[in-house]
Amino acid sequence: MTAPLLQIEDLTVSFGNRSGAAFQAVSGVDLTVRAGEVQGIVGESGSGKSVTMLAVMQLLSPSAAIAGSIKLDGQELTGLSDRQMRKIRGARIGYIFQDPMTALNPLLTVGQQISEAVRIHKPEASRSEAKQRAVELLRLVAIPMPEKRAEQYPHEFSGGMRQRAVIAMAMANEPDLLIADEPTTALDVTIQAQIMELLDRLRREKGVGIVLVTHDLGVVAGVAKSLSIMYAGRIVERGLVDDVFAAPHHPYTRGLLDSLPQMDQRVERLRAIAGAPPPISARPSGCAFHPRCSYAIERCLVERPPLRPVGPVEAACHRAEHVAAESRARQDA
Amino acid sequence: MSVVVPTQRRWRSVVPAWATLPLVGGGVIILLWVIIGFTIPLWAPYDPVSLAGMRFQPPSAEHWLGTDALGRDVFTRTLYGVRHSFPIAVVVIGCALVIGCTVGAIAGYVGGLLDSVLMRLVDVTLSFPAILLAMAVTASLGPGLGNAAIAMVIVWWPIYARLMRAQVLSVRNREHVEAAVASGATRPRVLIKHILPLCWSPIIVNATMDFGQVVLLAASLSFIGLGAVPPTPEWGQMISDGALQFYRWWIALGPGLAILTVVLASNFLGDGLRDFLDPRAK
Amino acid sequence: MFAYVAKRLIAMPFLLLGVITVAFLLTHFTAADPLTSIIGERQMNNPQVVQAARERWGLDQSLPEQYAIYLGNLVTGDFGTSFRTRQPVAHDLLLRLPATLELVISAMLLGTFFGVTLGVLAARFRDGMIDNLARLFALVGASAPVFWSGLVVLFVFSVQLGWLPGPGRIDSRAVAPPFVTGFFTVDTLLAGDWAGFRSVLLHLILPASVLGWTVTGIVSRMVRASMLDVLSQEYILAARAKGASPVRVLLHHALRNAMLPTLTIIGFSFAYLITGAVLTEAIFAWPGIGSYAVAAARGLDHPAIIGVTIVGGAAFLISNLLTDLAYAFVDPRVKLGGRAGA
Repeated sequence: MTAPLLQIEDLTVSFGNRSGAAFQAVSGVDLTVRAGEVQGIVGESGSGKSVTMLAVMQLLSPSAAIAGSIKLDGQELTGLSDRQMRKIRGARIGYIFQDPMTALNPLLTVGQQISEAVRIHKPEASRSEAKQRAVELLRLVAIPMPEKRAEQYPHEFSGGMRQRAVIAMAMANEPDLLIADEPTTALDVTIQAQIMELLDRLRREKGVGIVLVTHDLGVVAGVAKSLSIMYAGRIVERGLVDDVFAAPHHPYTRGLLDSLPQMDQRVERLRAIAGAPPPISARPSGCAFHPRCSYAIERCLVERPPLRPVGPVEAACHRAEHVAAESRARQDA
Repeated sequence: MSVVVPTQRRWRSVVPAWATLPLVGGGVIILLWVIIGFTIPLWAPYDPVSLAGMRFQPPSAEHWLGTDALGRDVFTRTLYGVRHSFPIAVVVIGCALVIGCTVGAIAGYVGGLLDSVLMRLVDVTLSFPAILLAMAVTASLGPGLGNAAIAMVIVWWPIYARLMRAQVLSVRNREHVEAAVASGATRPRVLIKHILPLCWSPIIVNATMDFGQVVLLAASLSFIGLGAVPPTPEWGQMISDGALQFYRWWIALGPGLAILTVVLASNFLGDGLRDFLDPRAK
Repeated sequence: MFAYVAKRLIAMPFLLLGVITVAFLLTHFTAADPLTSIIGERQMNNPQVVQAARERWGLDQSLPEQYAIYLGNLVTGDFGTSFRTRQPVAHDLLLRLPATLELVISAMLLGTFFGVTLGVLAARFRDGMIDNLARLFALVGASAPVFWSGLVVLFVFSVQLGWLPGPGRIDSRAVAPPFVTGFFTVDTLLAGDWAGFRSVLLHLILPASVLGWTVTGIVSRMVRASMLDVLSQEYILAARAKGASPVRVLLHHALRNAMLPTLTIIGFSFAYLITGAVLTEAIFAWPGIGSYAVAAARGLDHPAIIGVTIVGGAAFLISNLLTDLAYAFVDPRVKLGGRAGA
């Protein structure tokens, strides 16, 4: 087996404030992404999924402290200088942002912004070469009339078109890895499907590994092979998508699945998880999910469950077997 | 991904919320000048308009800021200057407020043709650089602090008219006003009782900030020779004396610093007031 | 946008007419008799001289008549004749306008350059020492009377240190360059007079700095605020994610966007500059419109004062219009009629 494209081991990100207190936004996260594979990361906002990805890019504010290991193709990224990281950002890792409305500079044409990405990493490329490449990239992401579109400004693009342009920008230097941070959240449902189709096509044609960060399990279902569920800065469940969907082993995953609208289910089964994720500065003791968990027992209040293999998946829950059994029973019903 | 950083300012709990540094600092400076203005004749070391020593003496223990071309004590004259600048500024701001707010309130509340006419007049008046307009008016009326004050009122009232109109327009359609109208209150009564009381805070903030600007403009007019006439110890007039002898730096130092402190203080005071009166604005 | 510009252009003549009317009226509800300044007090009790002067300067007519005549003359570019210089006011103004423009433009360039630099540094090193020093510098610049700070810099840099020349536009021993544009910087160059050019530049530094200080203060505060706003935008993160260097992010991406609101402020500061120019010219013996206005006001020279006031008002209106046009030109989201949209 070849080395994984991206391997994160025991990643912890903490933010200090002026009084010296530190809060862990991400604690002990492990993650593996292979070339040509989509890895989903799912969680509510504040679960630490975006922080994890920005840590990979080292784009967090200077107040963030990163511990653990992040390897790209076997090369350790933590501890690299900003100068060294700049050679990786945009060249070997492309980043797609949540909101294409704000991720494009309003004063530069779309073509300028894409060719900028090319020229930063290929200074020897001439202006016209870079421009040519920008048009090619717009064509790659299926933007009609790319020559004309390259001359236009972001405000002249629709939301879906902008996100395609952002993807083109991320693909500018044929990166090995694409990080898509909620790429469809800001878009209409029908456009979401098109963007996901585009990402999947890029995976197939270009063989890029993709980390798909989302709060929406439904988005992951179609394209990802495996997925990790994050809650309060930790991974609470992970496994192959099919296994996790077949029988969630963590009550939080179960809750996320229940909140998905499904054609064949009656409406009363559709329900959101009660409560809100805890703020980073006040995470509960024991299992961070226990205040919102209907399965919680006394042990959950004091002892944090480690991520452990349960059946086909890994889950961080003291009552994983019980949850899984109930899930299966319900699937059969 | 925002991280909540709790602010830990312990002094907040001891000092009342309004006591911010700009508000207190600016207030103290203005208050000091007011006290000086009222009490200076009681303790002034010298007479402001008559000979106090040799001419052109650099600063010394006897003459803290030296003496001018006529041997008058610059320090004394500087302190006396506030007795000319402050009353002028108060009168100018006061008159401009009365005229401007009346015009603005009527224009905003009545609307229609009257509003258009009044506001075009405001637009045109505000098109002139303040000093040119003030110069033109003063020149036409003849030099003197009183005429300079009239000129400055002409320059300043449109600012308040525009502000007041905007305020009235924003308050006019609120529910409590419509309720008052529906309950049969007369139009002047609605305006005075229900609209105007909600319009004041930005106008007070602006008037406070303008205080320093009026002091500055008055000094500018005197500097040009259109305001105070010699031997009045007026700051602009004194700087004009100093300009003739600019290598004798001390003659203009006192009045320059005096104007600087007043303008700074009124800016601070205005800033502080705004934060206090309208916490939503930055 | 096109409609907006068209509307502004159509409004211009009306505003100008308003400016002219207000300037005319304000200088004619006069208490001081302009005759005194024309013929001198001693001749005032000589009825023949008074009558002759009245007729000659059109003061025997009623106010509306005077106004109509004035307007009619203005259309032909005639601002009347100065009581003081006995020259056409338009001629006087044209002769002096380049000096003022040279000063104001230099001040604007200097002020904008230092304002933007300080603002970017203050935003980059937020709440640090540079930020606090920039704040103090801006505050003092906006609060100190220019006619005093002018004296201070003259004393320090010219008298004490001797680094820079004193008042005036060019070395007093040098000959002024032949009049081509009226801008001494340009005219000395056209004449190939390098020594003169150097002298003109050196003479510009102090007055332009003093005048530009106000602009520096205003612009640096604005740039700082909008830089902080822009730097928190996602496209800044996106630019960094492309691998752009910090300098590139700061200047190419952030500053460009931060300049949009700043542009309006720079245009707005033009009004300050005219006001400041009047006083700066008085301090630096600068033979421009400002010192002309001061002399006219002191001498109760009505035609000259109205002329200067109208020019000042018109300059303000034009600078506002130019600011709006510049904004539309820089921001692609605001489209002018000529260029095609999506």
